[in-house]
Amino acid sequence: MTPITPAHYLVLSAALFSIGLIGVLVRRNLIVIFMSIELMLNAVNINLVAFSQQWQHVVGQVFALFVVAVAAAEAAIGLGIILAFYRNKETVNVDEITLMRW
Amino acid sequence: MPTGYSANDLVLLLPEIVLTTGLLVVLVADLFTGRSRQHWLGWLTIGVLVATAVPIVALSGHATTAARGLLAVDGFGAFFKLLFVLAAAITVLISRQYLEVEQARPGEYYFLVLCATLGMMVMAAGIDLITLFIGLETMAVSFYVLTGFLRPNRRSNEAAIKYFVLGAFSLGILLYGMSLVYGLSGTTRLREVAVALATQSDSLALKLAVVLVAAGMAFKIAAVPFHMWAPDVYEGAPTPITAFLSVGSKAASFAMLLRLLLEGLPAMAPEWRGLFYVLAVLSMTVGNIAAITQGNVKRMLAYSSIAHAGYILIGIVTATPRGVTAMLVYLMIYAFMQMGAFGVLALLRRRDVVGDELKDLSGLFFRRPLAAFAMLVFMLSLGGIPPTAGFMGKFWLFSAAIEAGYVWLAVIGVLNSAISLYYYVRVVVFMWMREELESASVHPSPGVAVALTVAVAATIIIGVYPAPLFELAEASAKTLGMAPRVLSLR
Amino acid sequence: MTTVLRLIPLFPFVGFLVNVFLGRRLSKRVSGGIACLAMLASFLVGAISTWTLVQRPSDARVVDDTVFLWIASGDFQIPLTFRLDPLAALMVLVVTGVGFLIHLYSVSYMHEETDGEYARYFSYLNLFASFMLVLVLGANFLVMFVGWEGVGLCSYLLIGFWFKKRSAADAGKKAFVVNRIGDFAFIVGMLLAFREFGTLDFREIAFEAARLSPEVTFGLISLMTLLFFIGATGKSAQIPLYVWLPDAMEGPTPVSALIHAATMVTAGVYMIGRNAALFSLAPITMDVVAVIGTATALMAGTIGLVQNDIKRVLAYSTVSQLGYMFLAMGVGAFAGGIFHLYTHAFFKALLFLGSGAVIHALHGEQDIRNMGGLRRDLPITYWTFVIGALAIAGVPGLSGFFSKDEILYRTFAGGHTLLWTVGAITSLLTATYMFRLVFLTFHGERPESAGSTAHHGGSDHGHGGGHGPAHLHDAPPTMAVPLVLLAIGSVVAGYVGVPHALGGANRIEGFLEPSFHPVAVHAPAEAGVGGGHGETAAHGEESPDADAHGGASVELTLMGVSSLIALTGIGLASVFFLRRRELAQATAARLPAVYRTLLNKYYVDEVYDATVVHPIQRTSERVLWKTVDAGMIDGIVNGAGAFVRGSAALLRLSQTGSVRVYAASIFIGVLLVVGYYLVR
Repeated sequence: MTPITPAHYLVLSAALFSIGLIGVLVRRNLIVIFMSIELMLNAVNINLVAFSQQWQHVVGQVFALFVVAVAAAEAAIGLGIILAFYRNKETVNVDEITLMRW
Repeated sequence: MPTGYSANDLVLLLPEIVLTTGLLVVLVADLFTGRSRQHWLGWLTIGVLVATAVPIVALSGHATTAARGLLAVDGFGAFFKLLFVLAAAITVLISRQYLEVEQARPGEYYFLVLCATLGMMVMAAGIDLITLFIGLETMAVSFYVLTGFLRPNRRSNEAAIKYFVLGAFSLGILLYGMSLVYGLSGTTRLREVAVALATQSDSLALKLAVVLVAAGMAFKIAAVPFHMWAPDVYEGAPTPITAFLSVGSKAASFAMLLRLLLEGLPAMAPEWRGLFYVLAVLSMTVGNIAAITQGNVKRMLAYSSIAHAGYILIGIVTATPRGVTAMLVYLMIYAFMQMGAFGVLALLRRRDVVGDELKDLSGLFFRRPLAAFAMLVFMLSLGGIPPTAGFMGKFWLFSAAIEAGYVWLAVIGVLNSAISLYYYVRVVVFMWMREELESASVHPSPGVAVALTVAVAATIIIGVYPAPLFELAEASAKTLGMAPRVLSLR
Repeated sequence: MTTVLRLIPLFPFVGFLVNVFLGRRLSKRVSGGIACLAMLASFLVGAISTWTLVQRPSDARVVDDTVFLWIASGDFQIPLTFRLDPLAALMVLVVTGVGFLIHLYSVSYMHEETDGEYARYFSYLNLFASFMLVLVLGANFLVMFVGWEGVGLCSYLLIGFWFKKRSAADAGKKAFVVNRIGDFAFIVGMLLAFREFGTLDFREIAFEAARLSPEVTFGLISLMTLLFFIGATGKSAQIPLYVWLPDAMEGPTPVSALIHAATMVTAGVYMIGRNAALFSLAPITMDVVAVIGTATALMAGTIGLVQNDIKRVLAYSTVSQLGYMFLAMGVGAFAGGIFHLYTHAFFKALLFLGSGAVIHALHGEQDIRNMGGLRRDLPITYWTFVIGALAIAGVPGLSGFFSKDEILYRTFAGGHTLLWTVGAITSLLTATYMFRLVFLTFHGERPESAGSTAHHGGSDHGHGGGHGPAHLHDAPPTMAVPLVLLAIGSVVAGYVGVPHALGGANRIEGFLEPSFHPVAVHAPAEAGVGGGHGETAAHGEESPDADAHGGASVELTLMGVSSLIALTGIGLASVFFLRRRELAQATAARLPAVYRTLLNKYYVDEVYDATVVHPIQRTSERVLWKTVDAGMIDGIVNGAGAFVRGSAALLRLSQTGSVRVYAASIFIGVLLVVGYYLVR
């Protein structure tokens, strides 16, 4: 049995981050894009907790907790903004947000 | 490291405590104020900001840390906190008339402006990755809401969505970089990070971390190629918020960037210098060139603010005490001239006229000569024409670049400010040399008048007699932890 | 004494403030009076200051007035200092003296404007004077630059004063864009100087520059001075940046006299004179200055020969005379150049005001083909104009003769025979085109059709009144007095610089000389190093004593030649344009290509148009869409703008408004940087 090393966590987190990043770039639904961003933040959390374990102290976990809290706040605000937009435009497709350009 | 909090912390954190209390008071007062008396909330907000400024000034001589080393209490932080309070005050002053036209409820608005200010103050004072992150998010989340504050307005909606999605996206990138910094150094305290990283500057993971952190911050300061959100968001947001966003948010992000780079990552100076050199050149050039074709003044000022981010980045590239001084000076000057320009635009907002197209300025001189004169001063200053403050700021930035050996960077900067004059003067031409469209008069409220007077006076006085500001900025820059260290690394 | 200097620019500035803020409520009498009084006060303070300056021994004629420390950062300090030395004193007297007369003249000339416009005009004029005095009195580059930009700003405002006229607004923009190029070079030069010398003070720079070893500084100082010179070509209308000045004639005529003839356009010459010590260390730059100056003088002189707009002829003449001044600077005859600047201010202001009186009398007619025979109706204007023309032509005994002769002699003595030859030819051209102007305007008969065309002609003077040609009014007193005073000045101003060869003392040269060698004068302690350098550095320049003995006969010969040239030029003009006008037409007909080339000013505007403006405009128009301000974008002025717009078009295409594209841009930005580190 190979032990789980920090490197494993890093690979996992990098993969998760990439999935989130690609999700932001290719998806059109605002809600899905928003979920992809949450994936990126969770990748960060995995990193932080893994490093926290490696350095044998709690700072990373505290950091991760703050990230979770802020992500929750962002989710509330973000959904509110999306809702306000939806009321006016009846869509959550990002490609239809084109009132301002150039 | 001190193990717990002490009563002394309460004193050192007084600006933040006063502001937090104040913003809660504003929120509560909003509940108990009738519709007709809402304008008192504006003056209450100004009162809170003044009350915050007092302890900032009183503590500005300190050079210590508070809250177990999470926040620095030093001249650098104090300089920026004053700048934020000032910018917030001008924002509040130019907001009332605008909000009345838009028929928006001011209570939450003022509350959010104060929240953003609090976030900025934490960004300028934080010397720990976690604190900086919390400050950044406090500010960003407040701005997301403020950008979309005009709920029935589709432009405002769209601006908020763009800002929010891209802001959260860039936050992910920034946090990933921060997590790598933490993983490589084993600490979140910037000054300990610097010590831990001093020996391992060649690691690829560290370079990746620097790039990710730099990209996240470059988004906030709207440096090319991380700038694309800025024109759309600036155009869509309520004009006073655009002003606050382009000044406060930018200055706070520069403060945080300086903390991160000079206190936390001085060992990586060769990497981030080259990176920001490129970003500075790109931002100046792209910002100015794109600004030329804009017919919407808000959008034009958005591109101009991208260009200004480029000029200010010159100070980071040099990373010398003089470069940092010049940045501080420029940010302060920029605050006055940019807020002033947006203030004039906010003044032009009327029920039937959006007021931010170039043609809306036609003949302003004949309609409202004083407002036109104010705009003239701001435009000349943004373009860097003496004897306005903008010229002094640019002169100092460019000479700092030349002194540090970046002659070409300075030349590009001068060339760009020559180009930029073209579109600034175009605004003046419209105000002075075009027939007025219609004679509907705009009456500035006392708040707008005060804000514009202050901004004009500061822009001229700093241009004519800049020595005190330079001295203040120089003293403040000196307190930034690692600046001398970077100098020695050159 | 020391704190008095700041009053000199302050008076006009106060005048500006009064007129700009209260102007609409003041009557014309009051606002014009305030403006004139401000100039007079400034002149008096300048005169008294100069008087006390002259009382001092010649090596102590420097007075500083430091208002406050402008920028202070560690060792670097830039004070806001005004400095009066012989060079500055002369300029102050010219600016305030000639400036006052032109203010006075404007009182009548602009009388037909509304109260508000009238006050606006005088506020700009006062602001201009204030900035010009700051430029002249500034003790360091930064103060000078404040004035430099300020006068530029006022110049655009005044050119575009009649902004409702499209061509005026365009001309203002053209001047603005062209000057940006010059200013860009100027700032870069200034920054380089700051880095190299750690100071921006003119005296300190001269001192530091002299101390550095030539090998170290040669390239750098050459580069620096070249940059400054490019700045000067913009402001002083030299090749290749002269194109804005003729168009600037769209402004009111007194403005052309003050700004575009007597004062602002000489700022470039003054700046070189101010930094004579620095320029002397850069022989390459000096050669460039001399060649560009001579070429400009010749080119503008030939164009002036065929132009038909009275003000344009004078404008090209100004460009040409400025070329002379640069020639003087380039061959190291700094005093000669400044001397010419000083005499030129009198006679060129006189000529412009005279042309203004003509235009005023003819209700806006500017085409000399529609003039003639005016000497009977406008005697004062005629006689003063002739004096001005004689002075600029270099007829012996008038001021222009002494200064021009000084320049040509110095050029010859410095061994620049080719430059001298071109200069002499230009001198012939000058005499010819000036008297062409005199003869066509004031002699002969006025064409029959003139009365009717006047109303449609390019109206300088805003009001195409309905008076017939029958009753023309000569200049009213407030216009006549300045004309007469300037005419007197044009005659006698030269006598402060009577050369040694004619038994004079050339006092002006002795007076100015310390300003050009601050090192030798100011630092006796370091005389071993600094003074020695200053001496050798003064390249191409002999001490006055040497002139008196060795060069006297040469100088006398040259003087004879110049006089002969001037008289020949006048003679030629009288043959072609007075006695046998058909000859001129015949010549033009026989050399159609030459004539057309000259008439079209060597097609320079067209070349700029074709090579810079049009291609870019076409491209950008093809790519571009609706613009809010089509009026702003076209025209030659916007060549630079159009270029940038072309690239902006591409940039805008990337700003699609799509959130996903923006996110991709961030992502790609990160990828590029990371990729760069990986590959490296």
